[in-house]
Amino acid sequence: MYTRDPIFWRAGAASSLIVMVAILIALTINTIGVISVGGANVPPYTVINQAIGYVDDDSQHEYVPTISGSDPLFGHVYDERQATALIHEGKLVIQSRACLECHSVFGTGAYFAPDLTKSWLDPVWRQMWEPMTQTHTRADAMVAFLMHPDKYPTWTREMPNLHLTRDEAQAVVAYLKWTSSINTNGFPFGFQADPDTPNGKQAAVNR
Amino acid sequence: MTSVRSLYSSQKLALRYFTLSVALFGVMIVFGLVAATQYIHPSFLFPALAFNMVKTMHVDVLILWLLTAFFGSLFWLLPSEFKRDLVGMRAANVVFWLFCATIAAVALTFLFVQTGPGTDKTLWLINQGRKYVEEPRWAAVVVAIGIAVFVYNIIGTAVAAKRVTGITAVIILNMIPLFGLYMIAFPAMTNMALDQFWWWWLVHFWVEATWEVLIGAIVALVLMRVMNASRSVVETWLYIEVALVLATGVLGIGHHYFWMGAPKYWLGIGGFFSALEPLPLLGMVIHAVYDAGEHKMKMTNQPAFYWTMLEAFGNFIGAGVWGFMITLPQINLFAHGTQWTASHGHLAFWGAYGCGVISVIYLAVQEAGGHEQIGGRAWKWAFGLLNTGMYGMGGSLLIAGMAQAFYERAIGGSTFNAYVAAQQTPWFLEGIWMRWVFGLIFTAGYAVLAGNLIAIARRSRVPVAAGTLAVEGAGTR
Repeated sequence: MYTRDPIFWRAGAASSLIVMVAILIALTINTIGVISVGGANVPPYTVINQAIGYVDDDSQHEYVPTISGSDPLFGHVYDERQATALIHEGKLVIQSRACLECHSVFGTGAYFAPDLTKSWLDPVWRQMWEPMTQTHTRADAMVAFLMHPDKYPTWTREMPNLHLTRDEAQAVVAYLKWTSSINTNGFPFGFQADPDTPNGKQAAVNR
Repeated sequence: MTSVRSLYSSQKLALRYFTLSVALFGVMIVFGLVAATQYIHPSFLFPALAFNMVKTMHVDVLILWLLTAFFGSLFWLLPSEFKRDLVGMRAANVVFWLFCATIAAVALTFLFVQTGPGTDKTLWLINQGRKYVEEPRWAAVVVAIGIAVFVYNIIGTAVAAKRVTGITAVIILNMIPLFGLYMIAFPAMTNMALDQFWWWWLVHFWVEATWEVLIGAIVALVLMRVMNASRSVVETWLYIEVALVLATGVLGIGHHYFWMGAPKYWLGIGGFFSALEPLPLLGMVIHAVYDAGEHKMKMTNQPAFYWTMLEAFGNFIGAGVWGFMITLPQINLFAHGTQWTASHGHLAFWGAYGCGVISVIYLAVQEAGGHEQIGGRAWKWAFGLLNTGMYGMGGSLLIAGMAQAFYERAIGGSTFNAYVAAQQTPWFLEGIWMRWVFGLIFTAGYAVLAGNLIAIARRSRVPVAAGTLAVEGAGTR
């Protein structure tokens, strides 16, 4: 019987490979366009100059990021070159400090500490860290915490002091702000964005 | 064993690789236990050795003990397929010692330097900070050279021997992506979406494709040796498995692309194909059971056989069933990136690869020592303790993960406060405690396993003996 012939199955393996890899290549080309900076799902780095939100879009039945109005980071408007340099530094800091060996981004990394995909929009910065660090904006609270996490313990698991300079901490904050603007198909579900942002306020009204 | 003959030089090197691999297996367990302890007592070793570096050691050494065991397995098994020694063994020996030195240097760097400033120099010298490929780039270069030499050892031997069997053809073709995909270990793209997109090519296509094919080939060779299974049957099954791995696993990569910025069509494509990914693993189970029945459970090496059987079942359960549980996007939205994923990761790596390489190591100590039979009680204790420990850990993490998915993700909306609240629920805490207890049982199993392997190696009837001859008749039916 032909199914007992190894050659029959070898042909199956070869044809599976050819067909599936061809489809994968086609989808990869399309996906790279969508996820490149400035693509349909990934805003340009200069988005850090704007207000970002995360709302439940009834028409799509999922949570989507929103980008609106001017909301300069650290009181500064970054041009494209400056924003790219800042975000690039943020990524290098995230890698060099092994951040994703405790945290995750897009749910990928480690699970010892919270996911950071939408951490920029987390109300906890205003509720807990701003008073604790005696700062008045979430960006400044994040910088203060990132530079000296040992000074601001929050629960039994503490973040180690990874000796970030102020520039490095600011770069990480910029990175997280940009990350929060990426369309992640509704992940994480039901994230309660900070009502302090223009879109967050709208989200709070909708709820 | 019909006669005594010196080991092939590649088999001598294989024994070194197996020794290194078993030692690394122990190192991985130590860091796993430390990480498990830190979940219960976060102040343990903090801040001298924070969780990020403990976890880095745990997963990097995981990759290394399996990779070195794969090297050892092929160095052990292939001479009888090619009917000759492997070529380039001088370079392969240099690579082995280079690996040892590199592993030691990277471990010291991770333990004592740990991190560095946010510059390219840090990525080259200290830490790349990317999951599974944390090793600094200089070490990744060494690994790439090592894999390149390994590929040369295999392909060069096939050319020199002018002999390619179905199994060796699969292994040879598999070497190309095994090496090519490792190149993704180097870049540090600024755009996290693009970075993760390509990183998954390395992780998914290594772990869920090239490694899966490699272990399928290794299991085929082991079944031929321990049960004298027929070559045409194992080759047929190998092709079926490879066909199904490629048919489901290539586009199955889409289940990693649900939430990282990629287009929505990956939800449907990734969900559908990854839901089918258990099929080849089920094929491996049927294959192993078929061969066991066909040969009326007659075998020359009980531990090698039972570890191979568990490899088939464990792969199906850990990678197949546990993976299926969380792979559909509607569930993955809540389960992704929780301890549920960790539960799947543990059982999948154990079932898919851990059990398989332990099987080959038992085969190697038998053949190297010239033992006609391997049996006794110690291996059963190791088998029982390791599997009780592993499946206990998997179950514990599953409970913790389900609590996390429910309280943090579904109800809490994944904020910082939702995360902390979920980590403090009784279900989560019970799961984390149970994982620690089962981790100790697993550790006890490892101690018995290592002791048993050393005891068998020391009991060798002949110091350097004929593993190779026992199999030369295999597979000719």
